[in-house]
Amino acid sequence: MLAGPMVDPHKLPEDRSEAGFGDFKPALGPAQALAEANRCLYCADAPCVQKCPTGIDIPEFIRKISTGNLKGSARTILDANIFGMSCARVCPVEVLCVGGCVYNEMDAPPIAIGRLQRYATDAALAENWRYFEAGPDSGRSVGLVGGGPASLAAAHELRRRGHACTIYDAGHWLGGLNTTGVAPYKLRADDALAEVAYVLGIGGIAVESGVQVGRDVGWDALLARHDALFIGVGLGADRTLDIPGKDLAGIEGAVAFIEKFKLGRVDLAAVKRAVVVGGGNTAIDAVRELVGLGVPEVTMLYRGDEAAMSGYEHEWNAAKVEGVRALWHTQPTAYLGRGGRVAGLRCVKLGADKRPLPGEVLEVPAELVLLAIGQARLGELVAGLEGVQLEGGRIVVDADGATGHSRVFAGGDCANGGKEVVNAVAEGKRAAQAIDRALTAGASK
Amino acid sequence: MAFGTSVDLTSNTGGIVTPNPFWLASAPPANSGAQIMRAFDAGWGGAVWKTLGTPIQNVSSRFGAHHFKGTRAIGFNNIELITDRPLEVNFREIAEVKKRYPKHGVIVSLMVETRDEWRDIIKRAIDAGADGLELNFGCPHGMCERGMGSAVGQEPALNEKITSWAVEFSTVPVLVKLTPNVDEINPHGLAAKRGGAHGVSLINTIKSIIGVDIDRFVPEPRVGGLSTNGGYCGAAVKPIAMHMIGCLARDPDFGLPISGIGGVANWRDAVEFILLGCSSVQVCTEVMLRGYRVVGDMIEGLTEYMRSHGFSTIEEMRGKAVPQFSEWGELDLNYETVAKIDPAKCIGCHACVVACHDGAHQCIHPAPKEAGTRVPVVDESECVGCNLCQIVCPVPDCITMAAVDNGFKPATWNEFVSEGKTLRPKKGAH
Repeated sequence: MLAGPMVDPHKLPEDRSEAGFGDFKPALGPAQALAEANRCLYCADAPCVQKCPTGIDIPEFIRKISTGNLKGSARTILDANIFGMSCARVCPVEVLCVGGCVYNEMDAPPIAIGRLQRYATDAALAENWRYFEAGPDSGRSVGLVGGGPASLAAAHELRRRGHACTIYDAGHWLGGLNTTGVAPYKLRADDALAEVAYVLGIGGIAVESGVQVGRDVGWDALLARHDALFIGVGLGADRTLDIPGKDLAGIEGAVAFIEKFKLGRVDLAAVKRAVVVGGGNTAIDAVRELVGLGVPEVTMLYRGDEAAMSGYEHEWNAAKVEGVRALWHTQPTAYLGRGGRVAGLRCVKLGADKRPLPGEVLEVPAELVLLAIGQARLGELVAGLEGVQLEGGRIVVDADGATGHSRVFAGGDCANGGKEVVNAVAEGKRAAQAIDRALTAGASK
Repeated sequence: MAFGTSVDLTSNTGGIVTPNPFWLASAPPANSGAQIMRAFDAGWGGAVWKTLGTPIQNVSSRFGAHHFKGTRAIGFNNIELITDRPLEVNFREIAEVKKRYPKHGVIVSLMVETRDEWRDIIKRAIDAGADGLELNFGCPHGMCERGMGSAVGQEPALNEKITSWAVEFSTVPVLVKLTPNVDEINPHGLAAKRGGAHGVSLINTIKSIIGVDIDRFVPEPRVGGLSTNGGYCGAAVKPIAMHMIGCLARDPDFGLPISGIGGVANWRDAVEFILLGCSSVQVCTEVMLRGYRVVGDMIEGLTEYMRSHGFSTIEEMRGKAVPQFSEWGELDLNYETVAKIDPAKCIGCHACVVACHDGAHQCIHPAPKEAGTRVPVVDESECVGCNLCQIVCPVPDCITMAAVDNGFKPATWNEFVSEGKTLRPKKGAH
């Protein structure tokens, strides 16, 4: 089993700030899991499955929990989604599988599918139950650019079909946002890394970390080295606001800030008030995390209103319960500073037409401002790849992840613009199957 | 009662009169005077004292259970024997209970071997104050190997002979407790009648292996490295009990009062047993699992049922379902039902779809995609009305089996054979 330093949880700092977070949805014990599993109606053609991007046979894995076949339960999950452990924790199940549960139709509590999935997959990882072997060596090789869930899921699927895989990741830790970006009350970095190690355990996946395509290796070289390429590079840096005061200390991108406290330690002792600009799920994660990190007053500042925010309602409801407040229809126009550090934001109120309301100016004090207004697209990365089309910075792919280049496929955030882990896994796996078809048909090289 | 029909729950089983028809069966909950007095305080109308005979030695590890999908002990079994307490202690306590609870029924279960032993133990039970006797001809484990219990119940001649001894020696009503471990119950009920019994009680437990320890390869309950067959009871045996009760109740040659036993766990079960001809019901497993307190709901539920159906006494409702317990050859082959799914209640689980496709007649289908609904569609031209969909549906009253007027006059198999009556075309038989 390959477990290099880039997936070794023990190499993470023990005192990192995320370690202080508890589980928002705690693990089920055996009695709880059994009681919940026994409630499942074992639907046929089940709506929960239809809502799962990876199509996990949910009634089947739950039935296996209820019969005491826990090993088989995890197999059912991981066969469909090798990241079943992290998806169990980070999936927005309220709008996916659980949202589809037929119990909702009878106004009864839906099955806690995510928590049951965690129950089975936690056991599989803890016991290192291994289900999938690499296929017989095909003599073909695939390069995967980016080391997040999309590439890893693709690589795992390609290994099951016997193709050699090499992952090129620009960072140090593997796992992409699962490792660096997921809210710690859902999934901590050490667990994410343990899962990556489990995925790599199929063997035959080489990892070259710290390698940035374009800087350290060119596309031509990769295309010469491999029969096919999969691009799963995710998204780029946090977008910033080009307003006066933008260079003050204490203004950070939300994704960068989250990575910092997940992998290391942040000191927020001087922060009494924090503002997060944005209304998406990263913004909601950030406000909840700041509360968890002990910031006394956390405000979400958004130019629209509650109904217009793109973040999930169930997440925002949780944030409200935890004490976050919001300023709606508000847009920053300048950072206020004191001694080189940010001290607040000057803002305008926006009307229904999203235009500033004359005279409606307010100042919001804050010692920390996080920007969660989107991330840069990495489309320019593929500029040298003939035939690969971009649209709004996203790599254009078909349903199989194929680009306009016959040997290049893509999936995950760089292609879908930024969705869930489960979407990245599904896209990676589908692309791997398409690559396999192409390679075994002898259609490439 | 403050309003409505006045309801009297008084029960009379072959001359044994109790304030209500709910008795503790002869079993661990009726093992001692202290227990039975607590049961009477909780509301039980009678108790059949755990079988008296020559006190035995029990094994440790005596009970086993069949759990199903999260429900504990839908079936239960035991390898416990008759009383292990000294007879004089039991008789002293019987006298104490009768002194304190003169209106409640104390029926004493007995199991001995010789005529002299029967004479002696019956005299002592009656001297202690027994309101009735129950002859344990049913126990299917441990005692039968010694020539007692079901060894008697399975031999009509022996059953009749011992019953006649008991009736000869007794001055109180004698019930014979029958074993279900026989192919037909009627010869055994009739043997008890010929012996002079005042009534019967059934069923005793069913021979069973309740489970197997799949790591040790030993059946359960495990006694060291071995196990043995036990007596099966609890909710799961209720259909078997009701069938045997119904067979006796409809037998014109029988006619004795019946105390019903076997899976009675709530008032609804009791109603069913009474409608099938029982004058009283006996409960063990439900009390073992949940305590004497369950009788409160039984009394209230039965009372409400009787009031809502206009019955003022148990006798008025007793046996109401017996005439409708018939033979297959008397069923109307032209009676036709089809499944109807209430779209307002359906939750779209497709349990009916898969059950119909794999277990029935492939007539319930998912709605076509363009319909935009998960409410399945019943192809009524193919539906044989088997009830399977209604059985698997998790939503109460969502699927109903609606009678269809197919234009055919009723015709039974017997009528078809003897009179050539016209049968409707078969459905789903292609």
